[in-house]
Amino acid sequence: MQKNLAVSSSPHLRDNVSTRRIMQEVCLALAPAGIAGIILFGAQAAVLIAASVISAVLAEYFYQKLTHQKVTVGDWSAVVTGLLLAYNLPANAPVWLAVVGAVIAIVLVKQIFGGIGSNFMNPALAARAILFVSWATQMTTYPATRFMLDGVSTATPLNALGTGSVAGVNLSDLFLGNIPGVLGETCKLALLVGGIYLIVRRIADWKIPVAFIATVFVCYLIKDGAEMALYQILSGGLFLGAFFMATDYATSPVTNPGRIIMGIGCGIFLFVIRAYASYPEGCSFAILLMNVATPLIDKYTMPKPFGEVKQHA
Amino acid sequence: MPDTQKKNAFQVFMNGLITENPTFVLMLGMCPTLGVTTAAINGIGMGLATTAVLICSNLLISLLRNIISERIRIPAFIVVIASFVSIVEMLLKAYLPDLSDALGVYIPLIVVNCIIFARAEAFAFKNPPVASLADGLGMGLGFTGAITILSAIRELLGSGTVFGAQLMPESYEPMAIMLQVPGGFITLGLLLILVNGIRKGLARRKELKAKEELA
Repeated sequence: MQKNLAVSSSPHLRDNVSTRRIMQEVCLALAPAGIAGIILFGAQAAVLIAASVISAVLAEYFYQKLTHQKVTVGDWSAVVTGLLLAYNLPANAPVWLAVVGAVIAIVLVKQIFGGIGSNFMNPALAARAILFVSWATQMTTYPATRFMLDGVSTATPLNALGTGSVAGVNLSDLFLGNIPGVLGETCKLALLVGGIYLIVRRIADWKIPVAFIATVFVCYLIKDGAEMALYQILSGGLFLGAFFMATDYATSPVTNPGRIIMGIGCGIFLFVIRAYASYPEGCSFAILLMNVATPLIDKYTMPKPFGEVKQHA
Repeated sequence: MPDTQKKNAFQVFMNGLITENPTFVLMLGMCPTLGVTTAAINGIGMGLATTAVLICSNLLISLLRNIISERIRIPAFIVVIASFVSIVEMLLKAYLPDLSDALGVYIPLIVVNCIIFARAEAFAFKNPPVASLADGLGMGLGFTGAITILSAIRELLGSGTVFGAQLMPESYEPMAIMLQVPGGFITLGLLLILVNGIRKGLARRKELKAKEELA
């Protein structure tokens, strides 16, 4: 009876959008990059993705069982976290690294802070940062793709670009992903397809990825010129981060100006880390830093209702 | 703390060790807690050095509590504490040079450890010498126990050893972040969750028991 008489504020229009539906769409959008990763790096990439996703789901299930909470594995959010984590590992990383990372992401970063919607950092990215600091060798030894002629591990294009010249880096290799790097970041074509799908389906807002990538482009345009800027935006984890991780609902601003600020902030941090810090890539740290700033951005960009009287504290 | 007058020395001791554990309950002395707890031996060394200073300063401040003027009590505390820290520092350098090197600047920094200040201000300055001695011993050992547990966990995950003894299998890849400050924060947070969970559970059980007795 009470259910039928529920009084709520507008809007009264209902859509069949649910967390589960959104997360399934994100998984679908992530699929091309995963398939590209398997094509580029072989079966070991598939094993790593499977290990990461299964561990993430199991970690969520057992944590919620043990703490007597409602089990929310069915919302698919753990699957997305597992996928994103696997995409952030080198394809030849040991399986235990994926398992440990998935448990850190789900238990330490997500569930302890209250589960879905309450985490203050992107779980997959925070887990990646912990793995990166803990096992730097395993996290930064990138295998060659199956289509590279010499077939041995080489420096990533970002290391080559870091020397200040675009020589030795092939633009089409960059775009199609025939470069060393983590499993899911190399093929920009696949990421672009997935990212545009998310934006067209209105799962993700275009403002954060566009502001993010544009900021990196403009920064390098001013520093090194147009050619370098183009190579830089196609290198490293920028596309993966911009489309799939900076747009995470729980850890990005809800207001429109806030989202632009989020994108620009990520871009500036990424540029500063890539260009002036000792790490070759700073995408994950840039997004994590802006994750932490998100509540502040929301606070200062929240629109004021018309006619509201200024509060005197 | 008006009720502490009624407690006997043993209760004061247990209060410091468990009920108001400086690390897990009062959250005092976080700087050495996060800074030196990378190996179990450092944790226990730091804890015992702090305990020695705390016992001595509590006792002396309690003895002098009627002589020290209220207005200059803070400088007086600093003089007392700094003297004992200097003694401990010299003794460590002379007899345990390895530990002294490992703890480094954190030994002189015991001067500004807020556990020692807090106990001087909140307890020793208002209580008789025996109770102050018990308080210093309880708080000091509570601190030692807490940071030894913390550093043993960090050493186990970060180096695969505890007190230098290999506990993890040879194939274990050490988790380097545990030896860095973020690892200290993460471990401390998880321990706080555990300790608070246990405390809540015990409190609930006590409540149930009290209800049963009433009924």
